[in-house]
Amino acid sequence: MLEIPCPWCGLRCESEFSYGGEAHIVRPENPEALNDEAWADYLFMRKNPRGPHLEQWHHVYGCRRWFNVKRDTLSYRIECSYRVGEQPPEGEI
Amino acid sequence: MMTKYSFFNLVRNALGHHEGWAPAWRSPEPGKQYDVVIIGGGGHGLATAYYLAKEHGITNVAVLEKGWIGGGNTGRNTTIVRSNYLWDEAAHLYEASMKLWEGLSQDLNFNLMFSQRGVYNLGHNLQDMRDIRRRVDANRLNGIDGEVVDGIELKRRIPILNTSPNSRYPVLGASFQARGGTARHDAVAWGFARGADSFGVDIIQQCEVIGIRQVNGCVTGVETNRGFIGAGKVGIVVAGNSSVLAGLAGFRLPISSHPLQALVSEPLKPVLDTVVMSNAVHGYISQSDKGDLVVGAGIDSFNGYGQRGSFPVIEGVLAAIKALFPVFSRVRMNRQWGGIVDTTPDACPIIGRTPVKGVYINCGWGTGGFKATPGSGYVFAHTLAQERPHSLNEAFSLERFTSGHLIDEHGAAGVAH
Ligand SMILES: Cc1cc2nc3c(=O)[nH]c(=O)nc-3n(C[C@H](O)[C@H](O)[C@H](O)COP(=O)(O)OP(=O)(O)OC[C@H]3O[C@@H](n4cnc5c(N)ncnc54)[C@H](O)[C@@H]3O)c2cc1C
Ligand SMILES: [Zn+2]
Repeated sequence: MLEIPCPWCGLRCESEFSYGGEAHIVRPENPEALNDEAWADYLFMRKNPRGPHLEQWHHVYGCRRWFNVKRDTLSYRIECSYRVGEQPPEGEI
Repeated sequence: MMTKYSFFNLVRNALGHHEGWAPAWRSPEPGKQYDVVIIGGGGHGLATAYYLAKEHGITNVAVLEKGWIGGGNTGRNTTIVRSNYLWDEAAHLYEASMKLWEGLSQDLNFNLMFSQRGVYNLGHNLQDMRDIRRRVDANRLNGIDGEVVDGIELKRRIPILNTSPNSRYPVLGASFQARGGTARHDAVAWGFARGADSFGVDIIQQCEVIGIRQVNGCVTGVETNRGFIGAGKVGIVVAGNSSVLAGLAGFRLPISSHPLQALVSEPLKPVLDTVVMSNAVHGYISQSDKGDLVVGAGIDSFNGYGQRGSFPVIEGVLAAIKALFPVFSRVRMNRQWGGIVDTTPDACPIIGRTPVKGVYINCGWGTGGFKATPGSGYVFAHTLAQERPHSLNEAFSLERFTSGHLIDEHGAAGVAH
Protein backbone atom coordinates (compact mmCIF):
# COMPACT_ATOMS: atom_id res chain seq x y z
CA MET A 1 0.00 0.00 0.00
CA LEU A 2 1.30 3.43 -0.89
CA GLU A 3 1.49 6.01 1.85
CA ILE A 4 0.66 9.33 0.24
CA PRO A 5 1.52 12.71 1.73
CA CYS A 6 -1.52 14.97 1.33
CA PRO A 7 -0.25 18.56 1.46
CA TRP A 8 -3.09 19.39 3.87
CA CYS A 9 -3.52 16.21 5.96
CA GLY A 10 -0.09 14.60 6.00
CA LEU A 11 0.75 10.94 5.38
CA ARG A 12 -2.32 8.79 4.73
CA CYS A 13 -3.02 5.34 3.27
CA GLU A 14 -3.57 4.97 -0.48
CA SER A 15 -7.09 3.63 0.10
CA GLU A 16 -8.18 7.16 1.13
CA PHE A 17 -7.25 8.54 -2.31
CA SER A 18 -8.28 8.28 -5.91
CA TYR A 19 -5.88 8.67 -8.79
CA GLY A 20 -6.08 11.39 -11.40
CA GLY A 21 -3.32 10.55 -13.89
CA GLU A 22 -0.69 12.80 -15.43
CA ALA A 23 -0.39 16.29 -13.92
CA HIS A 24 0.18 19.63 -15.64
CA ILE A 25 -1.90 18.89 -18.73
CA VAL A 26 -3.24 22.32 -19.62
CA ARG A 27 -6.49 22.62 -21.51
CA PRO A 28 -5.80 24.60 -24.69
CA GLU A 29 -7.00 28.19 -24.46
CA ASN A 30 -8.75 28.03 -27.79
CA PRO A 31 -9.62 24.43 -28.77
CA GLU A 32 -11.32 25.59 -31.97
CA ALA A 33 -7.97 26.81 -33.26
CA LEU A 34 -6.31 23.40 -32.93
CA ASN A 35 -5.95 20.83 -35.68
CA ASP A 36 -7.00 17.22 -35.00
CA GLU A 37 -3.44 16.11 -34.15
CA ALA A 38 -3.00 18.76 -31.48
CA TRP A 39 -6.44 18.05 -30.03
CA ALA A 40 -5.77 14.27 -29.94
CA ASP A 41 -2.45 14.95 -28.27
CA TYR A 42 -4.15 16.97 -25.56
CA LEU A 43 -7.03 14.51 -25.08
CA PHE A 44 -5.34 11.14 -25.33
CA MET A 45 -1.55 11.08 -25.59
CA ARG A 46 0.26 10.54 -22.30
CA LYS A 47 3.88 10.52 -21.14
CA ASN A 48 3.40 7.30 -19.17
CA PRO A 49 7.09 7.24 -18.19
CA ARG A 50 8.97 4.33 -16.68
CA GLY A 51 10.52 6.36 -13.85
CA PRO A 52 9.71 9.74 -12.27
CA HIS A 53 6.12 10.85 -12.92
CA LEU A 54 4.23 14.00 -11.98
CA GLU A 55 0.67 12.96 -11.24
CA GLN A 56 -2.59 14.07 -9.62
CA TRP A 57 -4.24 12.51 -6.60
CA HIS A 58 -7.53 13.31 -4.91
CA HIS A 59 -7.89 12.90 -1.15
CA VAL A 60 -11.42 11.68 -1.70
CA TYR A 61 -12.00 10.08 1.73
CA GLY A 62 -10.19 12.91 3.54
CA CYS A 63 -10.09 16.63 2.86
CA ARG A 64 -11.41 16.04 -0.70
CA ARG A 65 -8.75 18.22 -2.28
CA TRP A 66 -6.74 17.57 -5.42
CA PHE A 67 -2.94 17.84 -5.34
CA ASN A 68 0.17 16.72 -7.22
CA VAL A 69 2.69 14.02 -6.42
CA LYS A 70 6.12 13.19 -7.84
CA ARG A 71 6.37 9.40 -7.78
CA ASP A 72 8.65 6.88 -9.48
CA THR A 73 6.52 4.45 -11.51
CA LEU A 74 9.13 1.69 -11.30
CA SER A 75 10.04 1.75 -7.59
CA TYR A 76 6.71 3.39 -6.60
CA ARG A 77 8.74 5.66 -4.28
CA ILE A 78 7.05 9.00 -3.64
CA GLU A 79 9.47 11.90 -3.67
CA CYS A 80 7.16 14.74 -2.69
CA SER A 81 3.72 16.24 -3.03
CA TYR A 82 2.74 19.82 -3.83
CA ARG A 83 -0.41 21.84 -4.30
CA VAL A 84 -2.40 22.36 -7.47
CA GLY A 85 -1.13 25.43 -9.28
CA GLU A 86 2.41 24.94 -7.95
CA GLN A 87 5.30 23.66 -10.02
CA PRO A 88 7.24 20.60 -8.85
CA PRO A 89 9.95 21.65 -6.35
CA GLU A 90 13.05 20.81 -8.41
CA GLY A 91 11.89 21.91 -11.83
CA GLU A 92 10.61 19.79 -14.67
CA ILE A 93 11.49 16.12 -15.18
CA MET B 1 14.54 -30.29 -37.48
CA MET B 2 11.63 -30.23 -35.04
CA THR B 3 10.67 -33.59 -33.48
CA LYS B 4 6.95 -34.09 -33.81
CA TYR B 5 5.20 -34.64 -30.49
CA SER B 6 3.23 -37.86 -30.97
CA PHE B 7 2.34 -41.01 -29.07
CA PHE B 8 4.90 -42.90 -31.14
CA ASN B 9 7.70 -40.42 -30.31
CA LEU B 10 6.70 -40.43 -26.66
CA VAL B 11 7.11 -44.19 -26.48
CA ARG B 12 10.35 -44.09 -28.50
CA ASN B 13 11.87 -41.45 -26.20
CA ALA B 14 10.64 -43.24 -23.09
CA LEU B 15 12.91 -46.12 -24.10
CA GLY B 16 15.81 -43.64 -24.03
CA HIS B 17 14.79 -42.31 -20.59
CA HIS B 18 13.60 -39.10 -22.29
CA GLU B 19 17.16 -37.92 -22.75
CA GLY B 20 16.94 -37.78 -26.54
CA TRP B 21 14.41 -34.96 -26.99
CA ALA B 22 15.72 -32.03 -29.01
CA PRO B 23 15.26 -28.55 -27.46
CA ALA B 24 11.91 -27.03 -28.46
CA TRP B 25 13.69 -24.01 -29.96
CA ARG B 26 17.29 -22.96 -30.65
CA SER B 27 19.08 -20.14 -28.83
CA PRO B 28 21.04 -18.54 -31.66
CA GLU B 29 23.38 -15.56 -31.50
CA PRO B 30 21.73 -12.45 -32.98
CA GLY B 31 22.24 -12.13 -36.74
CA LYS B 32 23.39 -8.89 -38.42
CA GLN B 33 20.31 -8.15 -40.50
CA TYR B 34 16.73 -9.40 -40.55
CA ASP B 35 13.75 -8.67 -42.79
CA VAL B 36 11.61 -8.23 -39.69
CA VAL B 37 12.59 -7.76 -36.04
CA ILE B 38 9.86 -8.33 -33.48
CA ILE B 39 10.50 -6.60 -30.15
CA GLY B 40 8.93 -8.57 -27.28
CA GLY B 41 8.79 -12.32 -26.83
CA GLY B 42 5.37 -12.58 -25.25
CA GLY B 43 2.59 -14.61 -26.79
CA HIS B 44 1.66 -11.83 -29.23
CA GLY B 45 5.22 -11.31 -30.49
CA LEU B 46 5.86 -15.03 -30.89
CA ALA B 47 2.51 -15.56 -32.63
CA THR B 48 3.36 -12.71 -35.00
CA ALA B 49 6.66 -14.38 -35.92
CA TYR B 50 4.94 -17.73 -36.37
CA TYR B 51 2.29 -16.38 -38.76
CA LEU B 52 4.85 -14.24 -40.62
CA ALA B 53 6.66 -17.45 -41.47
CA LYS B 54 3.68 -19.71 -41.93
CA GLU B 55 1.23 -17.44 -43.77
CA HIS B 56 3.59 -15.05 -45.55
CA GLY B 57 6.78 -17.06 -46.06
CA ILE B 58 8.87 -14.42 -44.26
CA THR B 59 11.36 -16.42 -42.23
CA ASN B 60 14.37 -14.09 -41.88
CA VAL B 61 12.84 -12.89 -38.63
CA ALA B 62 14.12 -12.38 -35.08
CA VAL B 63 12.10 -12.10 -31.89
CA LEU B 64 14.04 -10.07 -29.30
CA GLU B 65 13.05 -10.60 -25.66
CA LYS B 66 14.71 -8.74 -22.82
CA GLY B 67 13.97 -11.44 -20.25
CA TRP B 68 12.69 -14.90 -21.00
CA ILE B 69 9.86 -15.64 -23.43
CA GLY B 70 6.44 -15.60 -21.81
CA GLY B 71 7.86 -13.92 -18.69
CA GLY B 72 5.67 -10.83 -19.15
CA ASN B 73 1.88 -10.75 -19.07
CA THR B 74 1.69 -13.97 -21.08
CA GLY B 75 2.95 -15.93 -18.07
CA ARG B 76 1.14 -13.79 -15.50
CA ASN B 77 -2.45 -13.68 -16.70
CA THR B 78 -5.54 -15.56 -15.56
CA THR B 79 -5.94 -17.15 -19.04
CA ILE B 80 -9.60 -16.41 -19.66
CA VAL B 81 -10.54 -16.80 -23.33
CA ARG B 82 -13.84 -15.53 -24.75
CA SER B 83 -15.07 -13.54 -27.75
CA ASN B 84 -18.38 -12.04 -26.61
CA TYR B 85 -17.51 -8.37 -27.19
CA LEU B 86 -20.22 -5.85 -27.99
CA TRP B 87 -19.10 -3.80 -31.00
CA ASP B 88 -18.67 -5.36 -34.43
CA GLU B 89 -14.99 -4.43 -34.83
CA ALA B 90 -13.99 -5.99 -31.51
CA ALA B 91 -16.34 -8.96 -31.82
CA HIS B 92 -14.93 -9.90 -35.23
CA LEU B 93 -11.32 -9.62 -34.06
CA TYR B 94 -11.78 -11.68 -30.90
CA GLU B 95 -13.96 -14.22 -32.67
CA ALA B 96 -11.28 -14.72 -35.34
CA SER B 97 -8.92 -15.41 -32.48
CA MET B 98 -11.36 -17.85 -30.89
CA LYS B 99 -11.57 -19.78 -34.17
CA LEU B 100 -7.78 -20.02 -34.25
CA TRP B 101 -7.72 -21.26 -30.63
CA GLU B 102 -10.09 -24.05 -31.58
CA GLY B 103 -7.51 -25.64 -33.87
CA LEU B 104 -4.31 -24.31 -32.35
CA SER B 105 -3.03 -27.30 -30.37
CA GLN B 106 -3.22 -29.36 -33.56
CA ASP B 107 -1.73 -26.62 -35.71
CA LEU B 108 1.22 -26.08 -33.36
CA ASN B 109 1.54 -29.77 -32.43
CA PHE B 110 1.68 -28.53 -28.83
CA ASN B 111 -0.86 -29.21 -26.09
CA LEU B 112 -2.14 -25.76 -25.09
CA MET B 113 -4.62 -27.34 -22.66
CA PHE B 114 -7.29 -25.18 -24.30
CA SER B 115 -10.42 -25.97 -22.32
CA GLN B 116 -13.78 -24.64 -23.53
CA ARG B 117 -15.39 -24.87 -20.14
CA GLY B 118 -17.58 -21.81 -20.69
CA VAL B 119 -17.45 -18.27 -19.29
CA TYR B 120 -20.16 -16.56 -17.22
CA ASN B 121 -20.33 -12.77 -16.84
CA LEU B 122 -22.53 -12.01 -13.84
CA GLY B 123 -25.27 -9.37 -13.73
CA HIS B 124 -25.93 -7.80 -10.34
CA ASN B 125 -28.76 -5.39 -11.07
CA LEU B 126 -31.42 -4.70 -13.68
CA GLN B 127 -29.20 -2.48 -15.81
CA ASP B 128 -26.48 -5.18 -15.82
CA MET B 129 -29.11 -7.64 -17.08
CA ARG B 130 -30.26 -5.26 -19.82
CA ASP B 131 -26.66 -4.76 -20.92
CA ILE B 132 -26.12 -8.51 -20.91
CA ARG B 133 -29.23 -9.06 -23.03
CA ARG B 134 -28.06 -6.41 -25.49
CA ARG B 135 -24.55 -7.86 -25.70
CA VAL B 136 -25.72 -11.45 -26.14
CA ASP B 137 -28.12 -10.33 -28.89
CA ALA B 138 -25.31 -8.41 -30.60
CA ASN B 139 -23.03 -11.44 -30.30
CA ARG B 140 -25.59 -13.74 -31.88
CA LEU B 141 -26.14 -11.36 -34.77
CA ASN B 142 -22.38 -11.56 -35.28
CA GLY B 143 -22.48 -15.37 -35.27
CA ILE B 144 -20.91 -15.64 -31.81
CA ASP B 145 -22.48 -18.07 -29.38
CA GLY B 146 -24.12 -16.58 -26.31
CA GLU B 147 -26.93 -17.19 -23.90
CA VAL B 148 -28.67 -15.20 -21.17
CA VAL B 149 -28.98 -17.30 -18.03
CA ASP B 150 -31.38 -16.31 -15.24
CA GLY B 151 -30.63 -16.57 -11.52
CA ILE B 152 -32.45 -19.86 -10.98
CA GLU B 153 -30.75 -21.61 -13.87
CA LEU B 154 -27.40 -20.14 -12.80
CA LYS B 155 -27.81 -21.58 -9.29
CA ARG B 156 -28.58 -24.96 -10.84
CA ARG B 157 -25.43 -24.85 -12.94
CA ILE B 158 -23.10 -23.38 -10.29
CA PRO B 159 -24.48 -24.56 -6.94
CA ILE B 160 -21.70 -22.95 -4.90
CA LEU B 161 -22.51 -19.45 -6.24
CA ASN B 162 -24.32 -17.30 -3.70
CA THR B 163 -27.53 -16.18 -5.44
CA SER B 164 -29.39 -15.29 -2.26
CA PRO B 165 -31.23 -11.95 -2.57
CA ASN B 166 -29.70 -10.97 0.75
CA SER B 167 -26.11 -11.36 -0.41
CA ARG B 168 -23.71 -8.43 -0.55
CA TYR B 169 -23.66 -8.59 -4.38
CA PRO B 170 -27.02 -10.03 -5.48
CA VAL B 171 -26.74 -12.13 -8.65
CA LEU B 172 -29.70 -11.77 -11.03
CA GLY B 173 -28.26 -13.77 -13.89
CA ALA B 174 -25.38 -13.91 -16.32
CA SER B 175 -24.30 -14.06 -19.91
CA PHE B 176 -22.78 -17.38 -20.89
CA GLN B 177 -20.42 -18.17 -23.73
CA ALA B 178 -20.04 -21.94 -23.95
CA ARG B 179 -17.05 -21.77 -26.29
CA GLY B 180 -15.12 -19.59 -23.84
CA GLY B 181 -12.73 -21.07 -21.35
CA THR B 182 -9.06 -21.16 -20.43
CA ALA B 183 -5.71 -22.25 -21.87
CA ARG B 184 -2.28 -22.90 -20.41
CA HIS B 185 -0.41 -19.58 -20.67
CA ASP B 186 3.19 -20.90 -20.75
CA ALA B 187 2.29 -23.47 -23.35
CA VAL B 188 1.01 -20.72 -25.64
CA ALA B 189 4.39 -18.96 -25.56
CA TRP B 190 6.32 -22.22 -25.90
CA GLY B 191 4.08 -23.60 -28.65
CA PHE B 192 4.38 -20.47 -30.80
CA ALA B 193 8.13 -20.27 -30.10
CA ARG B 194 8.65 -23.86 -31.16
CA GLY B 195 6.50 -23.36 -34.25
CA ALA B 196 8.27 -20.15 -35.28
CA ASP B 197 11.70 -21.68 -34.64
CA SER B 198 10.86 -24.64 -36.85
CA PHE B 199 10.44 -22.18 -39.76
CA GLY B 200 13.85 -20.68 -39.02
CA VAL B 201 12.83 -17.68 -36.88
CA ASP B 202 15.57 -16.68 -34.38
CA ILE B 203 14.28 -16.36 -30.83
CA ILE B 204 16.80 -14.32 -28.89
CA GLN B 205 16.29 -14.02 -25.15
CA GLN B 206 18.17 -11.71 -22.76
CA CYS B 207 18.24 -9.16 -25.56
CA GLU B 208 16.82 -5.77 -24.60
CA VAL B 209 16.08 -3.12 -27.20
CA ILE B 210 17.45 0.23 -26.03
CA GLY B 211 17.20 2.27 -29.21
CA ILE B 212 15.51 2.36 -32.59
CA ARG B 213 17.82 3.57 -35.34
CA GLN B 214 16.35 5.66 -38.15
CA VAL B 215 17.65 7.36 -41.26
CA ASN B 216 15.44 10.10 -42.71
CA GLY B 217 12.40 8.90 -40.76
CA CYS B 218 12.92 5.31 -41.93
CA VAL B 219 13.85 2.51 -39.57
CA THR B 220 17.16 0.73 -40.19
CA GLY B 221 17.41 -1.46 -37.10
CA VAL B 222 17.51 -1.61 -33.33
CA GLU B 223 20.18 -0.98 -30.71
CA THR B 224 20.27 -3.71 -28.09
CA ASN B 225 22.36 -4.69 -25.09
CA ARG B 226 23.93 -7.20 -27.49
CA GLY B 227 24.75 -4.69 -30.19
CA PHE B 228 23.05 -3.25 -33.26
CA ILE B 229 20.69 -5.50 -35.21
CA GLY B 230 19.65 -4.37 -38.67
CA ALA B 231 15.99 -4.65 -39.67
CA GLY B 232 13.90 -3.88 -42.75
CA LYS B 233 10.80 -3.61 -40.57
CA VAL B 234 10.29 -3.54 -36.83
CA GLY B 235 7.22 -4.72 -34.91
CA ILE B 236 6.85 -3.44 -31.34
CA VAL B 237 4.88 -5.92 -29.22
CA VAL B 238 5.89 -5.13 -25.64
CA ALA B 239 2.54 -4.72 -23.80
CA GLY B 240 3.15 -2.65 -20.64
CA ASN B 241 6.38 -1.16 -22.01
CA SER B 242 4.83 0.20 -25.22
CA SER B 243 5.17 3.87 -24.26
CA VAL B 244 8.87 3.30 -23.50
CA LEU B 245 9.55 1.80 -26.93
CA ALA B 246 7.42 4.46 -28.65
CA GLY B 247 9.54 7.03 -26.83
CA LEU B 248 12.70 5.43 -28.23
CA ALA B 249 11.22 5.62 -31.71
CA GLY B 250 10.05 9.21 -31.15
CA PHE B 251 6.25 9.16 -31.06
CA ARG B 252 3.56 9.31 -28.38
CA LEU B 253 0.85 6.80 -27.48
CA PRO B 254 -2.54 7.12 -25.76
CA ILE B 255 -1.47 4.44 -23.29
CA SER B 256 -1.24 4.20 -19.53
CA SER B 257 0.63 1.30 -17.95
CA HIS B 258 -0.94 -0.11 -14.81
CA PRO B 259 -0.22 -3.01 -12.49
CA LEU B 260 -2.77 -5.83 -12.73
CA GLN B 261 -2.69 -8.45 -10.01
CA ALA B 262 -3.69 -12.09 -9.78
CA LEU B 263 -3.37 -14.82 -7.22
CA VAL B 264 -3.78 -18.58 -6.86
CA SER B 265 -4.88 -20.67 -3.92
CA GLU B 266 -3.66 -23.95 -2.54
CA PRO B 267 -4.83 -26.84 -4.76
CA LEU B 268 -8.36 -28.10 -4.07
CA LYS B 269 -10.44 -31.02 -5.30
CA PRO B 270 -12.50 -30.10 -8.39
CA VAL B 271 -15.13 -27.59 -7.23
CA LEU B 272 -15.61 -25.07 -10.06
CA ASP B 273 -15.86 -26.41 -13.63
CA THR B 274 -16.31 -23.11 -15.45
CA VAL B 275 -15.12 -19.49 -15.44
CA VAL B 276 -17.04 -16.85 -13.49
CA MET B 277 -16.42 -13.15 -13.98
CA SER B 278 -17.98 -10.15 -12.32
CA ASN B 279 -17.04 -6.87 -13.89
CA ALA B 280 -19.03 -4.89 -11.36
CA VAL B 281 -16.99 -6.08 -8.39
CA HIS B 282 -13.80 -6.90 -10.35
CA GLY B 283 -13.51 -10.55 -9.43
CA TYR B 284 -12.62 -13.31 -11.88
CA ILE B 285 -12.28 -16.93 -10.90
CA SER B 286 -11.65 -20.36 -12.38
CA GLN B 287 -9.99 -23.55 -11.22
CA SER B 288 -6.85 -24.77 -12.91
CA ASP B 289 -6.32 -28.39 -13.85
CA LYS B 290 -3.87 -28.59 -10.92
CA GLY B 291 -6.74 -27.65 -8.62
CA ASP B 292 -5.76 -24.16 -7.55
CA LEU B 293 -8.31 -21.38 -7.74
CA VAL B 294 -7.05 -18.72 -10.14
CA VAL B 295 -8.29 -15.29 -9.10
CA GLY B 296 -7.91 -12.06 -11.07
CA ALA B 297 -8.50 -8.52 -9.87
CA GLY B 298 -9.06 -5.12 -11.43
CA ILE B 299 -6.12 -2.84 -12.23
CA ASP B 300 -4.33 -0.77 -9.63
CA SER B 301 -5.41 2.79 -10.39
CA PHE B 302 -1.94 4.37 -10.58
CA ASN B 303 0.57 4.19 -13.45
CA GLY B 304 3.16 1.56 -12.61
CA TYR B 305 5.89 -0.55 -14.16
CA GLY B 306 6.89 -2.44 -11.00
CA GLN B 307 5.07 -5.73 -11.78
CA ARG B 308 3.43 -5.49 -8.39
CA GLY B 309 0.43 -3.63 -7.06
CA SER B 310 -1.08 -2.60 -3.76
CA PHE B 311 -2.71 -4.64 -1.05
CA PRO B 312 -6.15 -2.95 -1.07
CA VAL B 313 -6.76 -4.36 -4.57
CA ILE B 314 -6.12 -7.90 -3.35
CA GLU B 315 -8.30 -7.33 -0.32
CA GLY B 316 -11.07 -5.99 -2.58
CA VAL B 317 -11.03 -8.89 -5.02
CA LEU B 318 -10.94 -11.52 -2.27
CA ALA B 319 -13.80 -9.84 -0.43
CA ALA B 320 -15.82 -9.95 -3.66
CA ILE B 321 -14.95 -13.59 -4.37
CA LYS B 322 -15.84 -14.55 -0.80
CA ALA B 323 -19.21 -12.79 -1.04
CA LEU B 324 -19.98 -14.59 -4.32
CA PHE B 325 -18.60 -17.95 -3.15
CA PRO B 326 -18.92 -18.18 0.65
CA VAL B 327 -17.67 -21.78 0.39
CA PHE B 328 -14.18 -20.40 -0.38
CA SER B 329 -13.99 -18.29 2.77
CA ARG B 330 -11.29 -20.42 4.38
CA VAL B 331 -9.25 -21.27 1.30
CA ARG B 332 -5.66 -20.09 1.68
CA MET B 333 -4.00 -18.20 -1.14
CA ASN B 334 -0.61 -19.50 -2.16
CA ARG B 335 0.98 -16.99 -4.52
CA GLN B 336 0.28 -13.47 -5.71
CA TRP B 337 1.87 -11.38 -8.47
CA GLY B 338 1.36 -8.52 -10.87
CA GLY B 339 1.86 -7.80 -14.54
CA ILE B 340 1.94 -4.45 -16.34
CA VAL B 341 -1.01 -3.85 -18.63
CA ASP B 342 -1.18 -1.23 -21.36
CA THR B 343 -4.62 0.39 -21.20
CA THR B 344 -6.11 2.66 -23.88
CA PRO B 345 -8.90 5.23 -23.56
CA ASP B 346 -11.38 2.98 -25.43
CA ALA B 347 -10.18 -0.36 -23.99
CA CYS B 348 -9.27 -1.56 -27.47
CA PRO B 349 -5.89 -2.49 -28.92
CA ILE B 350 -3.76 -0.45 -31.33
CA ILE B 351 -2.50 -2.52 -34.26
CA GLY B 352 -0.88 -0.90 -37.23
CA ARG B 353 1.70 1.51 -38.57
CA THR B 354 3.34 4.33 -36.63
CA PRO B 355 4.69 7.76 -37.59
CA VAL B 356 8.10 6.10 -38.22
CA LYS B 357 8.32 4.38 -41.59
CA GLY B 358 8.91 0.65 -41.17
CA VAL B 359 7.93 0.63 -37.50
CA TYR B 360 4.65 -1.08 -36.65
CA ILE B 361 3.03 -1.45 -33.25
CA ASN B 362 0.69 -3.94 -31.63
CA CYS B 363 -0.28 -2.83 -28.13
CA GLY B 364 -3.06 -1.59 -25.91
CA TRP B 365 -4.52 -5.02 -25.19
CA GLY B 366 -4.64 -3.98 -21.57
CA THR B 367 -6.26 -6.42 -19.21
CA GLY B 368 -7.62 -8.71 -21.91
CA GLY B 369 -5.15 -9.67 -24.60
CA PHE B 370 -4.34 -13.26 -23.75
CA LYS B 371 -7.52 -14.45 -25.43
CA ALA B 372 -6.45 -12.59 -28.54
CA THR B 373 -2.95 -14.05 -28.78
CA PRO B 374 -3.38 -16.08 -31.98
CA GLY B 375 -5.64 -13.54 -33.69
CA SER B 376 -3.38 -10.65 -32.76
CA GLY B 377 -0.34 -12.43 -34.17
CA TYR B 378 -2.28 -13.35 -37.30
CA VAL B 379 -3.43 -9.82 -38.17
CA PHE B 380 -0.17 -8.19 -37.13
CA ALA B 381 1.83 -10.57 -39.31
CA HIS B 382 -0.46 -9.60 -42.19
CA THR B 383 0.04 -5.90 -41.44
CA LEU B 384 3.84 -6.27 -41.37
CA ALA B 385 4.03 -8.46 -44.45
CA GLN B 386 1.58 -6.52 -46.66
CA GLU B 387 2.37 -3.09 -45.19
CA ARG B 388 -1.35 -2.51 -44.72
CA PRO B 389 -3.83 -3.77 -42.14
CA HIS B 390 -5.90 -6.93 -42.43
CA SER B 391 -9.62 -6.10 -42.66
CA LEU B 392 -9.93 -7.33 -39.05
CA ASN B 393 -7.53 -4.73 -37.61
CA GLU B 394 -8.19 -1.80 -39.94
CA ALA B 395 -10.35 -0.06 -37.34
CA PHE B 396 -7.69 -0.46 -34.64
CA SER B 397 -5.18 2.03 -36.03
CA LEU B 398 -3.33 4.61 -33.96
CA GLU B 399 -4.94 7.25 -36.19
CA ARG B 400 -8.37 6.55 -34.68
CA PHE B 401 -7.44 8.77 -31.74
CA THR B 402 -6.97 11.65 -34.15
CA SER B 403 -9.98 10.98 -36.36
CA GLY B 404 -12.23 10.29 -33.38
CA HIS B 405 -13.28 6.79 -34.47
CA LEU B 406 -12.89 5.23 -31.04
CA ILE B 407 -14.34 1.77 -30.42
CA ASP B 408 -15.91 2.17 -27.03
CA GLU B 409 -15.70 -1.33 -25.58
CA HIS B 410 -15.16 0.08 -22.11
CA GLY B 411 -17.93 -1.10 -19.88
CA ALA B 412 -19.95 -2.36 -22.79
CA ALA B 413 -18.42 -5.80 -23.05
CA GLY B 414 -17.24 -6.07 -19.49
CA VAL B 415 -14.20 -4.13 -18.55
CA ALA B 416 -11.60 -6.77 -18.25
CA HIS B 417 -9.97 -9.98 -19.36
C1 LIG C 1 -2.73 -10.45 -13.83
C2 LIG C 1 -3.18 -10.44 -15.25
C3 LIG C 1 -4.34 -11.13 -15.62
C4 LIG C 1 -4.77 -11.14 -16.94
N1 LIG C 1 -5.84 -11.93 -17.26
C5 LIG C 1 -6.22 -12.04 -18.56
C6 LIG C 1 -7.26 -12.96 -18.90
O1 LIG C 1 -7.83 -13.66 -18.06
N2 LIG C 1 -7.62 -13.04 -20.23
C7 LIG C 1 -7.02 -12.28 -21.18
O2 LIG C 1 -7.40 -12.39 -22.35
N3 LIG C 1 -5.99 -11.43 -20.88
C8 LIG C 1 -5.57 -11.30 -19.59
N4 LIG C 1 -4.53 -10.45 -19.26
C9 LIG C 1 -3.93 -9.61 -20.31
C10 LIG C 1 -2.90 -10.38 -21.12
O3 LIG C 1 -2.01 -11.06 -20.27
C11 LIG C 1 -2.11 -9.43 -22.04
O4 LIG C 1 -3.00 -8.58 -22.76
C12 LIG C 1 -1.30 -10.20 -23.05
O5 LIG C 1 -0.59 -11.25 -22.44
C13 LIG C 1 -0.32 -9.30 -23.74
O6 LIG C 1 0.50 -10.19 -24.45
P1 LIG C 1 1.90 -9.90 -24.96
O7 LIG C 1 2.42 -11.14 -25.45
O8 LIG C 1 1.79 -8.78 -25.93
O9 LIG C 1 2.64 -9.32 -23.65
P2 LIG C 1 3.84 -9.88 -22.75
O10 LIG C 1 3.71 -11.32 -22.45
O11 LIG C 1 3.91 -8.93 -21.59
O12 LIG C 1 5.06 -9.70 -23.72
C14 LIG C 1 5.78 -8.49 -23.90
C15 LIG C 1 7.24 -8.83 -23.81
O13 LIG C 1 8.02 -7.73 -24.23
C16 LIG C 1 9.23 -7.77 -23.50
N5 LIG C 1 9.89 -6.46 -23.58
C17 LIG C 1 9.52 -5.30 -22.99
N6 LIG C 1 10.38 -4.31 -23.28
C18 LIG C 1 11.35 -4.86 -24.07
C19 LIG C 1 12.53 -4.35 -24.69
N7 LIG C 1 12.90 -3.07 -24.55
N8 LIG C 1 13.29 -5.20 -25.44
C20 LIG C 1 12.93 -6.50 -25.58
N9 LIG C 1 11.83 -7.03 -25.02
C21 LIG C 1 11.05 -6.23 -24.27
C22 LIG C 1 8.78 -8.14 -22.10
O14 LIG C 1 9.85 -8.68 -21.35
C23 LIG C 1 7.69 -9.16 -22.38
O15 LIG C 1 8.12 -10.50 -22.34
C24 LIG C 1 -4.07 -10.40 -17.94
C25 LIG C 1 -2.92 -9.70 -17.58
C26 LIG C 1 -2.46 -9.71 -16.26
C27 LIG C 1 -1.21 -8.96 -15.90
ZN1 LIG D 1 -6.09 15.65 2.59
